[in-house]
Amino acid sequence: MNESIGVVMFVGAIGLALIGIAGMVLAGNLFRMVLALAIAEAGANLLLLLAGYRWDAVAPILTASTVGQPMVDPVPQAMVLTAIVIGVGVQALALSLVIRIKQRYGTLEMAVARRCMQHELDAAAGVEPSRSREQPAGKRPLAAPLAAGADGGGHD
Amino acid sequence: MRSLASLLFVGGLGFLLLVIGGTLPLGQPPMLVGQDIQQAAADQVGTANFVTAVVLAFRGLDTLGELAILFAAATAGGLVLGNTGSRARPAAGFILRSGCDLLFPLLLVVGLYIVMHGHLTPGGGFQGGVILAAAFFLPLLARPQESLDHRWMSLIEGLSGAAFIGLGILALYQGQAFLTPLFDRGVVGELVSGGSLPLLYLAVGLKVGAELASLLSRLAHDDEVTS
Repeated sequence: MNESIGVVMFVGAIGLALIGIAGMVLAGNLFRMVLALAIAEAGANLLLLLAGYRWDAVAPILTASTVGQPMVDPVPQAMVLTAIVIGVGVQALALSLVIRIKQRYGTLEMAVARRCMQHELDAAAGVEPSRSREQPAGKRPLAAPLAAGADGGGHD
Repeated sequence: MRSLASLLFVGGLGFLLLVIGGTLPLGQPPMLVGQDIQQAAADQVGTANFVTAVVLAFRGLDTLGELAILFAAATAGGLVLGNTGSRARPAAGFILRSGCDLLFPLLLVVGLYIVMHGHLTPGGGFQGGVILAAAFFLPLLARPQESLDHRWMSLIEGLSGAAFIGLGILALYQGQAFLTPLFDRGVVGELVSGGSLPLLYLAVGLKVGAELASLLSRLAHDDEVTS
């Protein structure tokens, strides 16, 4: 009985983390990536909590009825407590970046936004638009560092 | 092709985590430091909540670093969003406004209660600070034309952060390690106990509350421009 409960809990926590990571890697929408980050954080936090769990133990708070009883490990709980707050801060920062991207490019699709951003970068640097990621702007191979001033000409 | 590679990566990661998880039997934590802390915390720190003892007394320096991360995230969020100022928007309906008026004092009391009882019951500065932030964010939902005074918020945030570090430096001044709990430990389980830990948690609660409230208000005010 205890074995199967353990399997369910571990699979659930690891599954949540995997769903989040898969969402972050596969999603094309920036807002969905932020949501996937939140799910992955929840899975990681659950995994940390499971590491400190003990059967037949009480919460790590000393009251008259819990003196002398075994308690669950308070260290992972303290870590998760701070991890949740850090997670909220990171999500807020990510959301504010997403809001700015939406205002600037009018889209949340990462591929479209990246193309727009690349065009702007190329225009600002005054070089030919890069055709693909394999063929970025500028000449290849890059000039040697010493000769860079001679024929480098503006681009990085 | 790219999604296939991503799926392979995720599958491999899952296999790795499952194998590691399979070697850890649930319910028998391999770490021994937790048991030592349980035996030592009541005598050395004087808190009934051992999580608080870990967060503020045994690993106070980590909490300071964590506050620094939160501060950096909030500052960067403010930097990215800027100060858009309040713009003319219709006020919310009667139900939302009355609900906010009703909830604001209750949320304030609950948040301060959770902050002040962090060393006795589940809760503490981080949880209570988030409730305080929610209390100050609610009026913005009801009256969108008013905006939070960011100067006051950053003043509270800076002062509470300085108080946290100041209590740590006070311990240095008395010849102990940085952030060692000071003052009399009192009787375990009473409201005034645990030495300087309730003061530290009050500083944490005010800091987290002010940071999150100003971050939420920036997000809410910026959100109008896009939609």
